[in-house]
Amino acid sequence: MATEAHVQAPETWSPLFGRLTLDWIPYHEPILVGTFSAIVLGGIAALILMTYFKLWGPLWRDWLTSVDHKKIGIMYMVLGFVMFIRGFADALMMRAQQAMAAGGAEGYLPPHHYDQVFTAHGVIMIFFVAMAFITGIMNFVMPTQIGARDVAFPFLNNFSFWMTVAGALLVNISLFIGEFARVGWLAFPPLSGSAFSHGPGVDYYLWALQIAGVGTTLSGVNLLATIFKMRAKGMKLFDMPVFTWTTLCTNVLIVAAFPVLTATLTMLTLDRYLDFHFFTNDLGGNAMMYVNLIWIWGHPEVYILILPIFGVFSEIVQTFSGKPLFGYKTMVWATACIMVLSFIVWLHHFFTMGSGANVNTFFGITTMIIAVPTGVKVFNWLFTMYKGRVQFEVPMLWTTGFIVTFAIGGMTGVLLAVPPVDFQLHNTLFLIAHFHNVIIGGVVFGVYAAVTFWWPKAFGFKLDDKWGRRTFWFWCVGFYFAFMPLYALGLMGVTRRLQSYMDQAWQIYFIIAAFGAVLIACGIACGFINFAVSILRRKELAVGNDPWNARTLDWATQSPPANYNFPQDVVVSGRDAFWKMKQDGFKWSTNYSDIHMPNNTATGIIVAAMALVFGFAMIWYIWWLAAITFIGMIATVIAHTFNYNQDHWIPAAKVAETEAKGEVA
Amino acid sequence: MTMLDTPLTGRVEGPNGPDHHPDHHHASPTPIGFWIYLMSDCIIFASLFAAYAVLGNNFAGGPGPKDLFEPGFVLAETALLLISSVTFGVAMLKADKHDMDATTLWLVITGLFGAGFIGMELYEFNHLIHIGAGPDRSGFLSAFFLLVGTHGLHVTFGLVWLCVMIAQIRMKGMIPANMQRLATLSMFWHFLDLVWIGVFSFVYLVRLI
Amino acid sequence: MSAHSDTSHGTMGQLMTGFALAAILSIIPFALVMMETDIAPSTLVAIIMGLGAVQIVVHLVYFLHLKSSTEEGWTLAATVLAVVIVAIVLAGSLWVMHNMNANMMPMTEGNMVMDPEATPGASMSGHEDHN
Repeated sequence: MATEAHVQAPETWSPLFGRLTLDWIPYHEPILVGTFSAIVLGGIAALILMTYFKLWGPLWRDWLTSVDHKKIGIMYMVLGFVMFIRGFADALMMRAQQAMAAGGAEGYLPPHHYDQVFTAHGVIMIFFVAMAFITGIMNFVMPTQIGARDVAFPFLNNFSFWMTVAGALLVNISLFIGEFARVGWLAFPPLSGSAFSHGPGVDYYLWALQIAGVGTTLSGVNLLATIFKMRAKGMKLFDMPVFTWTTLCTNVLIVAAFPVLTATLTMLTLDRYLDFHFFTNDLGGNAMMYVNLIWIWGHPEVYILILPIFGVFSEIVQTFSGKPLFGYKTMVWATACIMVLSFIVWLHHFFTMGSGANVNTFFGITTMIIAVPTGVKVFNWLFTMYKGRVQFEVPMLWTTGFIVTFAIGGMTGVLLAVPPVDFQLHNTLFLIAHFHNVIIGGVVFGVYAAVTFWWPKAFGFKLDDKWGRRTFWFWCVGFYFAFMPLYALGLMGVTRRLQSYMDQAWQIYFIIAAFGAVLIACGIACGFINFAVSILRRKELAVGNDPWNARTLDWATQSPPANYNFPQDVVVSGRDAFWKMKQDGFKWSTNYSDIHMPNNTATGIIVAAMALVFGFAMIWYIWWLAAITFIGMIATVIAHTFNYNQDHWIPAAKVAETEAKGEVA
Repeated sequence: MTMLDTPLTGRVEGPNGPDHHPDHHHASPTPIGFWIYLMSDCIIFASLFAAYAVLGNNFAGGPGPKDLFEPGFVLAETALLLISSVTFGVAMLKADKHDMDATTLWLVITGLFGAGFIGMELYEFNHLIHIGAGPDRSGFLSAFFLLVGTHGLHVTFGLVWLCVMIAQIRMKGMIPANMQRLATLSMFWHFLDLVWIGVFSFVYLVRLI
Repeated sequence: MSAHSDTSHGTMGQLMTGFALAAILSIIPFALVMMETDIAPSTLVAIIMGLGAVQIVVHLVYFLHLKSSTEEGWTLAATVLAVVIVAIVLAGSLWVMHNMNANMMPMTEGNMVMDPEATPGASMSGHEDHN
């Protein structure tokens, strides 16, 4: 973190190290040195254990270089949870600071540190937690739901994942080398321009997001091509499970919206590096254009996060209600409507920037309209449960928690869609409460539900029920304690991103919110304990291939699925394919044939590693290193294309052997 | 980027011959995958066009389009790119007949036209920067340089890809994997010409009225 | 691999038709601009943009061989969606930014000042002239 000394230090540049000097290493910040030591010690311990148990080879062969969509999906989830710890630590720090810094007290975080914390929290939670989670779930579930053996471009999938990791690593490196941005998660210029943000913080932000963005966009292309081309024989569009539909719409949004982010961030990068004038105050720049462009990406982005989660809840509701989803077609059309509408509401994020009444009215109305298809979905879930045999397993618990919480968050959203109301509430904690209400109540609850639901499919045993329930109740109650006070504060006019405040009447609300954050911390802890306890007790928690009596094809595989997913081609006729198979007493024939699979490759991780170094070099102006790694990336990719042997066949005998093992287990 | 992949289902000959291919009913996902990528690239360009549309009148006291743009020069660039599109089309027709030498020849010709286009663009950029109309001069010029430069970068990338493609055709012949890659590169090349129509009309011509 | 059975590369005739149409559609707007006709500037802009749009369709059909049947229609669907998004980004940005500029930005000297001689009429209100 930059101390005042850093800010004032004259910018020095040397050919070898660019602008990186020892002054940028925060060895005098106790919090950071402590964190760093803990990570180093933990890292060394992990390295020793890995070496002792000879895990390096398997890790490299079976995971890091794997092109298996299920393993990549699981790795995305691991990335998401690791970054979740980081992002949540930031949240706790903010809650603690605001609980303390009332009436002239300064708290324990100086402004330049606090500003980095809230920026890092937002960036990490959206790009490296929520995005990682939903990409992981889509990767793991969708290909098996459509009866495919892998995604359309398996290598690209591995590469996308490692680019996301490279971006995440850059954000974390900023903790110990230099500083992170102090400009809020969307880095609005002119504050984020070179005139007001000199240090490497904003550059960390830009390069981390650009590198991760490459991964996200390619992953979107990949999953779309998978749905278009790899569906099982006979699976028509309206036979696809709802989760696959939401995956389809989400990835359409990704490939349509992320390019706008790429372009916008490129413009800001050029402003900062080469003295362009897109968003500067002088020479014909227009900072409002940045706000306009970034929200053209930003609004679809929130639907990118929530749509797959709607799919998750649809699968869970129908499975635990023991009947087909109510209003399948309306669910699909509602999803499609949301997909299109999400592109014409972006201005509601800046009603107060000064558009005229006609513009604000248009975007206010479109925003309110988008609540209609969302409402359709909520009623569909409720009607699915109605007169069903609802089993309140843990995923269903999360689902009910979601429906209640998300409905509240959605309604405060409709409130904010009214421009005159927004003029009062814009930039206040009311807004913060609103979007946490939908993102936690929607995405986070959904991720926990999905993890609990598909865990037995991924590993062959269920998660522990008791710890699952504890996780839910801590999270749910903690959420309300943490964010309901923020609604109240927002109505009192308290703005977001305050490092300290004078009015002591606000403090009690912040203390309650901090208490809520502690409850959530307990929830997160219970979640991890659940993983640990369940792994230790995996023998007694072991289940068959279809523990929930589910309806879709992803449950027709072994648990965990063989790397080829299905021993034979699946033929589908109609919706809820697996349910039908069960009704018909389906059995795989024992007449196996060879299966065509892609080879693992190290190219993805190598190129992404070079991208990481490239990003670091660009951030610190180490031009020679940037040039070398850039050329290295291109050369590696070209070399990769000269390898024509990128696939192999699994002999039928091997398939038979694997399937036989699955029967026994 | 999809050229990097041998698609999972994109091969018909297996150990047991084509009939035993378990994924037989799937055609290669590469054409649609690459098309989706191109559409997504198209939206990058849309954002840059939007920036040019919004910032294009912010001259900040500096030179404007009529001071800078040479219509004849731009028409020549347009011609080079359009002809390269056509020569690539011819190369594809030759490739359909599995005529390796003719395909190579037409690809080389395409590359030369493409290189000519890039040469002209570099000359134009260099000239503009030299006379003090670089991207740091005004919002208008920033938007101009980024939009036209991004297109130029794509063409440059296409040229690198073209060289790699020619090498691979010479090494491996007109095998199915190479035919697939060639078709993909052809899409990319035609797409760049398509984007240039927008640049020609919206960036140059309209501003010269 | 026989995937190019449905992604045809056309014929020489198609290629040459495309070339001729594209060349004509490039030259007409160029000539209109160069001849300094009496057509009103806004009409001329519309003509140039219209011809550009037609040329894009020509390229799609004759060079990229876009058909409604390619890939069960997914190619066309992706294209249509891309066009819609491009239109939203372009028209939306222009509308929103024009509105903001009109409402928000008092023009200050030396900030976004225009050179009146170089570009007659290029004030903020002239922003939409080319639209």
